[in-house]
Amino acid sequence: MTIHRIAAIVLRQYYLLRGSPSRLLPLFAWVAIDIVLWGFFTRYLDEISPSGLGTFAALLGAVLLWDFLTRVMQGVTMAFFEDVWSRNFLNFFATPLHIGEYIAGLVVTGIITSLFGLTAMILVASLVFGLSFAAYGLALLPFMLVLFLFGLALGILGSALVLRLGPAAEWLIWPIPAILSPFACVFYPLNVLPVWMQAIARLMPASYVFEAMRAITQRHEFMTMPLMVALALASAYLMGAVLVFISVYRMAVRSGLIARYSAEAVN
Amino acid sequence: MPPVLNVSGLTKIYGAQRAVDHLSFQVHAGEIVGLLGLNGAGKSTTINMILGVLEPNEGRIVIQGHDVARERQAALQCTNFSAVYAPLPGNLTVEQNLRIFGMIYAVPSLQARIEQVLAEYDLTGFRTTRCGFLSSGENSRVLLAKAMLNSPQLLLLDEPTASIDPANAQDIRRHIQAFAKKRNGAVLWTSHNMYEVEEVCDRILILSHGRILLEGDPKTLPAAHGKATLEALFVEIARDSVPDGLNAGERS
Repeated sequence: MTIHRIAAIVLRQYYLLRGSPSRLLPLFAWVAIDIVLWGFFTRYLDEISPSGLGTFAALLGAVLLWDFLTRVMQGVTMAFFEDVWSRNFLNFFATPLHIGEYIAGLVVTGIITSLFGLTAMILVASLVFGLSFAAYGLALLPFMLVLFLFGLALGILGSALVLRLGPAAEWLIWPIPAILSPFACVFYPLNVLPVWMQAIARLMPASYVFEAMRAITQRHEFMTMPLMVALALASAYLMGAVLVFISVYRMAVRSGLIARYSAEAVN
Repeated sequence: MPPVLNVSGLTKIYGAQRAVDHLSFQVHAGEIVGLLGLNGAGKSTTINMILGVLEPNEGRIVIQGHDVARERQAALQCTNFSAVYAPLPGNLTVEQNLRIFGMIYAVPSLQARIEQVLAEYDLTGFRTTRCGFLSSGENSRVLLAKAMLNSPQLLLLDEPTASIDPANAQDIRRHIQAFAKKRNGAVLWTSHNMYEVEEVCDRILILSHGRILLEGDPKTLPAAHGKATLEALFVEIARDSVPDGLNAGERS
């Protein structure tokens, strides 16, 4: 694993972003729109709620962190899709580039682009809606770490799916966060779900994060054990996703798919 | 002197079809070897296996003493390729593409090397042009410049002059000949242009159904089989009639 090859993958994405406002804008635009929409909605809920349940901070904070996970995932998949769209696999994989270096390049790109999005989210949430993360204190770091690892895992797994099924499978990837969100318990506690959904939710690292966030804002309680479980789950999913990607890549090398990758070749 | 490329018993099977069937050949330093055959004869499959993007069912590929299956990175570090069906990303400029691939190959003094290949391939004026806006001829030169970035010992060229005009094609042939003769590089070249093969290649391998049907000097091979030109010999093979006095698999 060499730094200069990983840097080459990241540099390619930097060149693409630098030269294309249509690629740069979505890093900030969607997160800003989400925060503004949910910011006003939660502000309204706080105004009409007589009980002062702290809805505002809990909901807006949850939206922000869920958006962060989505941006991490999309940071990885977008970087991968650039190679799908430009049919660049043969050029890359007929070089000394190792598959691990390629994945590492996608991950670093995902980290950088999601940090841009995160900065935009925090700025809008704090400047426009006065949201402060002080209530979460240092707990915010493990929350974000878990969501970050889980977002990377989803991004790598989504990329593996597209590598296996072809560019036409791209549409399967975009809705993944929306499909998972009911199980992530972003807006409600886990115990309101039916039993079968709770079982799935317990396999989702994100659900532990949002439960822990609610515990802090509503009961001022820091839940260590659930966060440890979430961290273990997210790490396991990340390792699993990397293994799946490598295995799909090896299959593509056996079948010749890498050399002739296109929608027509796969489907 | 050991060959730069040593292919032995290479086989690729897709379902019931043998795309490449126990193929063995060598390419030496300073030599340009033409890999010819009809569409589907196994040329690109062979090149893809040498490049490590397609796994053979059997056989061994050794580049500069490195087995591609076991020492892929070391083998590909001294190899490069240019294929008409693998253009560089059109949304990056010529210089950006060269920098990215230069980093992947860990080219020392990269900026100087980029300047050198830009000048050598008459691309200096296109350095800030996105590859998607280049003509076929210009794109072919960019692909060749990329292929030369790491000063490879083995160059694989899959139809490098397809769909470009005769002047550009001549330029490219001149560059490749210079690479082989002056820099002592080894070249494996596929082409359907028999005139160019005759002009450039030191030796040709004619593939049919994944096997070598004929091998020899493109300048003497036609006459040896009673044909006036290489094209006439190729067409006869294409029509599945093996030339007089030759059994399939026989070497010249």
